[in-house]
Amino acid sequence: MRYAETGYNLEIDLSTGNIERAATDLRDAELYMGGLGTNAKILWDRVPPEVEPFSEKNVLIFGSGLLCGTPAIGCNRTIVSSISPQTLLMGYSMMGGFFAPELKYAGYDKIIIRGKSKKLVYLWIHNDKVEIRDASHLEGKGSVETEVLIKQELEQPKAHVASIGLAGENRVHYASIEQGRSSASRLGLGAVMGDKGLKAIAVRGTKSINIARPAEFIELCDEVLEYIKFREENPIQGVPPILAGLGSPQEMKLHDEKWHTENFTWGNARERRKEFWNQEVEKKWSATMDGVQTRLLSCYNCPMKCGASINVPGISTYMMKCYSKLTYTMAAFSDLDFGFKIVQRATEYGVDGFTTPQVIAFAIECYEAGVLTDEDMPGFPVDSEGRFYWLLDKIVNREGIGDILANGTHWAAEAIGKGAHEYAHNNIKKHEQLPLKLGMLNPLYFLMYCTGEKLNITQIEGNFPQAPFATQEDKEAFVKDWHQVPDEKFKQWVLDWDMRGERSIPNYPTPQMSSEIVDWQERMHYIDDSLGMCAGLSSFPLKPAYHMHNYPKFISAGAGLDMDEDKLTQAARRNRTLIRAINIRRGMSRKDEKPPEDHWRKRFPELEEELLDTYYAFRGWNKEGIPTKGYLGQLGLDYVADDLIARGILKDNGNKPAKEDKNKGS
Amino acid sequence: MAVEEKKKKKVIKVDVDKCNGCRACETICSAFHAEPKYSSTNPEKSKIRVLFDPIRDVYVPVYAGEYTEAECNGRGEYTIDEKTYDECAFCRASCPARDYFKDPDSGLPLKCDMCLDDPPQDEPLCVKWCLADALTYEEVDEDGDEEKEETADEMETGLGALIKKHGFKRVMEILAKMNEEKADK
Repeated sequence: MRYAETGYNLEIDLSTGNIERAATDLRDAELYMGGLGTNAKILWDRVPPEVEPFSEKNVLIFGSGLLCGTPAIGCNRTIVSSISPQTLLMGYSMMGGFFAPELKYAGYDKIIIRGKSKKLVYLWIHNDKVEIRDASHLEGKGSVETEVLIKQELEQPKAHVASIGLAGENRVHYASIEQGRSSASRLGLGAVMGDKGLKAIAVRGTKSINIARPAEFIELCDEVLEYIKFREENPIQGVPPILAGLGSPQEMKLHDEKWHTENFTWGNARERRKEFWNQEVEKKWSATMDGVQTRLLSCYNCPMKCGASINVPGISTYMMKCYSKLTYTMAAFSDLDFGFKIVQRATEYGVDGFTTPQVIAFAIECYEAGVLTDEDMPGFPVDSEGRFYWLLDKIVNREGIGDILANGTHWAAEAIGKGAHEYAHNNIKKHEQLPLKLGMLNPLYFLMYCTGEKLNITQIEGNFPQAPFATQEDKEAFVKDWHQVPDEKFKQWVLDWDMRGERSIPNYPTPQMSSEIVDWQERMHYIDDSLGMCAGLSSFPLKPAYHMHNYPKFISAGAGLDMDEDKLTQAARRNRTLIRAINIRRGMSRKDEKPPEDHWRKRFPELEEELLDTYYAFRGWNKEGIPTKGYLGQLGLDYVADDLIARGILKDNGNKPAKEDKNKGS
Repeated sequence: MAVEEKKKKKVIKVDVDKCNGCRACETICSAFHAEPKYSSTNPEKSKIRVLFDPIRDVYVPVYAGEYTEAECNGRGEYTIDEKTYDECAFCRASCPARDYFKDPDSGLPLKCDMCLDDPPQDEPLCVKWCLADALTYEEVDEDGDEEKEETADEMETGLGALIKKHGFKRVMEILAKMNEEKADK
C-alpha cells in the first residue's frame, strides 16, 4: 500500500483525447518527494530544451504535494509546472485552496497534460471517471464565472475547479490559473493552459488517503496546532506587524499598511513615498476594507485566514488573496477602493497581480516619455485609473498595443524599441519583480534574487530575519526560543549582525555565511513545494510551525519513507539542483544572474562576484553556475550529468565550465 | 428519594459567521473515525461537513444527526442577514435527498458520536481543530423529570383514546388478562 500518495498520475493527451491512469514509482517519492520535485523530474525526462512553451510537446503538470490530503495542517498546495512563455525557462507556480487534496481524494497525485485540443475543452475528474468535455460555451468567460457554470452544469457543488479567463485563452504571457480563493499566477502558466485549449479542470474525489504510522502522525499535527496557537498569542517583537505572525502576509486581516506603502515603490516601481501613511489614510482605507470584505477565508485544513470574500457594490463577488489589493493601487498612484474594484476584473480575466500592474505602469511611463504615442494608443484616457482599465482590456484582448504588452515588459520593450528597455527596469530573467528599490546591497537578498529558480523573492526568502535587530536585547529575545534553526550557528550570526559598523551589510553576513543562510531558506521552500505545504506556515515567516527538525518525522510517519534531517537536506538540494539543470539546459547561465540594476543604490561589483563564486562553490556548481558531474553524482543525478556532458554544456569530464556559448540566453 | 446524577447532553454549537471554510473539522473527523484510528483521511466519510457556496458567502458546518428513510417535503429557503440558504443547509439528517452523511464506500449513514473514545477526548476533535471558534462544545443538563412527565402524559392520552373507543370496562378486562398472562410466564 502507498501512504500519503495515491501512487497514480493521470496522463492526458489533448491532441488525441487519450486518458490514462499511470502507476508511479515509489523510488521517485524517495528521491524527489512529490509536488515540485517529481514535477521537475517529469519535465527533465519529457521536455527537451528545444521545446517551445506553446508547443504540443510542452507539458503542463498539476501536481499535489506529497502530504496533501493527509491531516498535516496547511498542506494543500497544487504545484503547477511547465515551460514559461515569459522566461522560456521552467516555470512553476503554486496555489492553495482545495484542488490538490480533492485530486488526491479522487485517486491521483498529478495531472500531466500534453498535446493541444483543437477546440476549447475542460477536464472533469470524478474518481475513476475522467472526461474531456466541450467548453465552447465557456469561451471568453471569466475565471470565477467559469467555475460557477461548470459546477452548475455538472450538478456538483462540492467539485473544485481550476480555470483560466480570457487572458489565458489569448495566451497573455502572464495569465494566471484561478481556483476559488487561490491562483497559480506567476510565469504565465495560464497561457500554456490556454494554448492547450484547456479552459478548466474540475475535480471531485471521495476516496481515502492512507497514513503510514497514524498515532505518531496525529501527535505531530497536534504539536503544530498548539504551536500555531502559541504564535497567534505571541507575535514576534521588534518587526513590523506584517512580519510578526504566521501565514502569508495577513493582507486581508491587517489594516496597517505603513510597511508596504512606504517601503515598496509606486508607479512603474519608481517612487518611494516615505511619508505616505498617516491617520487619515489609515481611517479611510480601514473603512474601505471593512466595506467590501464579507468574510476572511482559509485554504483547506488551515487555520490561517489569508484570503477574503470581496463584494464591491455593483460588481460580482470574488475572492482576494494576499497582496493584490495594493499592487494595482500603488502602480496607479491611486486609492485602495480602486484596487478592490480593478482586481475583480483582473481575477475574472485571470492575470498575475504582480506583473500586470507593472506592465500597465510601464506603458504609461513609455507614453509619458513619448516612447509610445497617441498613434500607438488611440483613445488613451487621461486619468490614471481610466488608463489602467483601458490597458487591462487591451492586453487581455491582445488588441492594438495590448498585443505587445501582453508579452510582459521585457518582450514589449524589445518590440517597441526606441529606448523602451529603460522603462522595463525591474526584471530578473525577463520576469517582473516586487516593486522594491533600496539603498545598501544586502548580500543575502543579492544571492536569492540572482540565483533563485523561482524568480519570485517571496518564495525564496523566509526564515532568517530580513534585517538586523536594533539592540542587543532585541537580538537575544529573538534567538531565545528559536528552535527552528537547523544549526545553532545561525543564532550567533543574528546576535553578531549589526545595523552599522563592521558587522553590517554589505560585508556581514560574509559570503560563506550568506550562502549557508540562503541554503537554509531555499531548503525550506523546496521541501514545502514538494510536500505541498503552504509557505505561510513554514518557509516564509519567522519562527514557523514546520522546520527542519519536525519535517523528517512528518514525512516518515505520513508517507512511510525512511527520512531524517540529512536525507531531507539532500532531497531538497537534489530538487534545487535538478531545476537548475533544467534551466541551464535551456540556456540560462551566470550572466543572467543579476538583480534589477536599480534594485540597490549602493552596489559592490567585486563583492557581488565573490558572493556568486562562494554560493556556486557551496552548492557544488562550477563558476558558470552549472552543477558539476561530481556533485550531480553525489545527489544521484548521474543521468543529468550524462546529458549535460553529451550536450557539451559540461566539458572536461564535467567538472570545468563550458566556454560561453554566444547563441544561448540573453 | 435518592438524588440521581443529571444526565449531560453533548452539544456542538455552530457560529456560521466565524467559519472560514477551511474544513479542518472534516479532515480530523474522518481521520479519527478511520479504522484503525487516524489511519486514513477522507472528508466524504466525515460526520461533520461544511456546506459551502463561496459566491453566496454560505459556509455552514453541520454535524450528522439521525438517518431518515424518506426525504421530508420541506424545500424552503431562509433569508438571514440578506443571505439566502436552502432549508437543507441546516438539516443534520442523513437523507435520500442529498449525498451528505453517507459512507462513500458502503452507502451506510454516518452519525456524529461526539468522538466517543477511551480514555475520553476533552471535546470532539472538530471543535479542537477549529481555531476560528466557529465550533464550540457544550455539555448541558438534560432535564430528566420533564421527560418522565411527558411519557406519563403520552400514556394517559393513549389510554384515554382506547377507553373512548372501547369503553372503560373492556379496557380494564384486557389489562387484567395481560397481567395474568405475564404472571404465568
